[in-house]
Amino acid sequence: MSNNLIEIRGVSKHFPDHPVLHNINLEIRNGEFLTLLGPSGCGKTTLLRLISGFEEPSSGAIYLDGKDIAGIPPHQRHVNTVFQSYALFPHMDVFDNVAFGLRCKGIAKDEVEQRVHEVLRMVKLDTFLRRKPHQLSGGQQQRVAIARAVINKPLVLLLDEPLSSLDYRLRKTMQIELKQLQKQLGITFIFVTHDQEEALSMSDRVVVMHDGEIQQIGTPRQVYEEPDNLQVAKFIGEVNIFETKVLAADDKQLQVEIEGKLFTLKNRRKYKAEQTLYTLVRPEDLQVWSPSEVNDTETMFSAVVEEVIYKGCTVDLMLRLMSGKRLAATQFFNEDDEKLDFLLGEAVWVHWIPGWEVILPHEA
Amino acid sequence: MKHDKTFKFITIGIIWLWLAIFAVAPNGLVFLTSLLQQGDNELVRLQLTLNSYFDLFNTSYLKIFLHSLGLAGCCTLVCIIVGYPFAFIIARSTSRYKGFLLFLVIIPFWTSSLIRSYAIVAMLKTKGILNSLLLSLGLIDQPLHLLYSSTAVMIGLVYSLLPFMILPLYANIEKLDMRLIDAARDLGANKRTVLLKIILPLTWPGIIAGSMLVFLPAMSMFYIPDLLGGAKSVLLGNLIQNQFLTARNWPMGSAVSVMLTLLMGLMLMLYWHSTKRNKDAQDLL
Amino acid sequence: MNRLTRIAYLAVVYLFFYFPIGVLIVYSFNNASYSLLWHGFTLNWYKELLSDTDLQSVAWHSLSVGILAATIATMLGTLTAVSLYRYRFKGKKLLHGMIFVMIVSPDIVMAISLLILFSTLKAPLGFWTLLLSHVTFCMPFVAVTVYSRIAGLDKNIFEAAKDLGASDFTILLRVIIPLLWPAILAGWLLSFTLSLDDVIISFFVTGPDFDILPLKIFSMVKLGVKPEINALCSVMFALTLLIVLIAQLVLRKKQ
Repeated sequence: MSNNLIEIRGVSKHFPDHPVLHNINLEIRNGEFLTLLGPSGCGKTTLLRLISGFEEPSSGAIYLDGKDIAGIPPHQRHVNTVFQSYALFPHMDVFDNVAFGLRCKGIAKDEVEQRVHEVLRMVKLDTFLRRKPHQLSGGQQQRVAIARAVINKPLVLLLDEPLSSLDYRLRKTMQIELKQLQKQLGITFIFVTHDQEEALSMSDRVVVMHDGEIQQIGTPRQVYEEPDNLQVAKFIGEVNIFETKVLAADDKQLQVEIEGKLFTLKNRRKYKAEQTLYTLVRPEDLQVWSPSEVNDTETMFSAVVEEVIYKGCTVDLMLRLMSGKRLAATQFFNEDDEKLDFLLGEAVWVHWIPGWEVILPHEA
Repeated sequence: MKHDKTFKFITIGIIWLWLAIFAVAPNGLVFLTSLLQQGDNELVRLQLTLNSYFDLFNTSYLKIFLHSLGLAGCCTLVCIIVGYPFAFIIARSTSRYKGFLLFLVIIPFWTSSLIRSYAIVAMLKTKGILNSLLLSLGLIDQPLHLLYSSTAVMIGLVYSLLPFMILPLYANIEKLDMRLIDAARDLGANKRTVLLKIILPLTWPGIIAGSMLVFLPAMSMFYIPDLLGGAKSVLLGNLIQNQFLTARNWPMGSAVSVMLTLLMGLMLMLYWHSTKRNKDAQDLL
Repeated sequence: MNRLTRIAYLAVVYLFFYFPIGVLIVYSFNNASYSLLWHGFTLNWYKELLSDTDLQSVAWHSLSVGILAATIATMLGTLTAVSLYRYRFKGKKLLHGMIFVMIVSPDIVMAISLLILFSTLKAPLGFWTLLLSHVTFCMPFVAVTVYSRIAGLDKNIFEAAKDLGASDFTILLRVIIPLLWPAILAGWLLSFTLSLDDVIISFFVTGPDFDILPLKIFSMVKLGVKPEINALCSVMFALTLLIVLIAQLVLRKKQ
């Protein structure tokens, strides 16, 4: 028996005027925190609504706990949703909001009472029973929404950008709380967001989506450090992209030319000679030196500082190479290297430690 | 869920059934009746003809039509001229009595226009309060015969319908983003330009909606000429009433009603056209 | 316009609105039949109204039609608003348009169309024809009042309820009606006043055996200005005032 809780097989969805999802295949494991990440309009919310049952796929099938759930209405799926902006019933107090689902099922009064108290204790709202939603803070409203959704003991909790209406600090706190809550409940969370930082910090796995297709599925570390394609690399974090010409290649190594300099890089993906590739380097992987600090400039680019942005724990530099190409570089303060006060127009040397780059093929 | 489907089906079914019987069918019947002939013994004779429509071009009917059109048009114009600044002042007021000021317009909006027309009769009659006021002020030597004239009908119509102009205008002006006016002033527009290029175009849907709510009733409120105009002033409403209840010529009355409906269609098209440009004005009513 | 001109302008228009009605009310308390002069305060005209048994039955007719018509129109109108907001169905745009057209269409057009319908069906004119007609012309106003409120709600609320296992009927009962009762009540009150005040449509669709207040007033008014009519109109005005007041308070409370 597989431990996949949800299996999505070849699912497509189109609305009368436009397609939104093409051939989605995805397995979701029991108990994991999975994030659907992508820009708005990429189809992530539609995918969520297909799982919750508010929409039906145009083709393909979705299996929940081994059973095809086509045609089963939302409330008969063991799936509940925390909606964007929470959708709390404004005319009901906290208790009635949370009890709503149980009452719809016709569960006995005593049990309703007991279970509502239990779940509200878990989200630390057991003293707010008789408050109306508008008397609660954003964070408290969010916890009511979660309590209301998990009281039905769903196998999966779907969260549709639940943090998007909170301010930055509260969002940080709620990220941690959500993660703890998920561990405590031990149920699968499927979380939708367009915020890559949120996705990376909370998830066990991230599904990166673009234009109705899955671009990459992997751990936060995988999608950040080893993006499968340019789309993913550009969406998650900042990245410098170099056009790369392969001069020679064998199974292990590539001889390449980048910006007129020669490099020997590891050949991880069986690239061949004469191919044109992209070499990707994250800004924090670039190192910037004053001319006085370096001797061997064989694998370094000469550049001029164009912008200096002080950010507290880092300094972000914008550099221009001889070729006119612009690079972003992030420098960290540390005790060994105190020379971080770069001047505008200053000439510098840039390089990265071989092996930290990602090489991707040219895309059509 | 199965129950939900049934519920949806029944709900929408009831609504459509009601509208089909009491809105669509009756209007179809009016159109049909307008194509029939007046009967001698029964109300209509089942024989298709366009006679009623040809008769409409008879000079006496045409005169009523034009007169009614003119009166309703004047009434609408007066309502715009009086109502627009009024709505504008209230909508842009920052006074804490703003709610109360609006409430004072909503009361006449809800009050029976028959009662209000009666109040006008009491005002205007020869021995009424207006004449005695003017007499005692020495402005006139003899009581004016205000009642039973086109002017009286006009006053009655404006009195009854002015709130129907003010409220849609208010709703529209209220939503007007004042920053647009500031922006226009900032870019060097003078007051006249701001009014003509910014305020009027943006509140145009409100003007049309208000005009519709004034113009159409102004042609059909037959009891106002009945009370204030004697027999002299006849609206389309009186013509229809007369054709149905006195002359017993239902096809003719129906034909007039069809014309009135066409006029409404024309105004609706104008309204929809005007809201297409500013979409948020669509929920005015 | 400066502040003073604005206030003066408002004052003149308000005077235009309220002076005639004010005069009417004042003279309903005047102790004289025809004179314009003040002959002292009296409640005689109101007492006369109260003792007029004919008027009592007419008033009762009006109230019963008003209450019934408002109630049915409110139910239909609320369902219409909810369906327009929640469901996808064929002819939805058409329904939207029809509601709008019914509101702006002149009363007289609706009046004769219903008259022709009833005479085609050979329905005797009276209570039932009056009731059906009043429901028909009130319903769009309720639909619009409720719709404007429901459109301001977060659509996710209904999905959340559905997600938690509520049927459409439960959603209507437990979520929509509790959330929208101010608008629904306001719709009822509006319908009730519309029904109570309607002259044009009632004029055509009621029979001689079933007289109602506005028609009674119309026939009395045609005979001239009398203090009893002043009193009756004052009572009607006071009733309207009360209803508008309730409607406004209710609508404002939950904004």
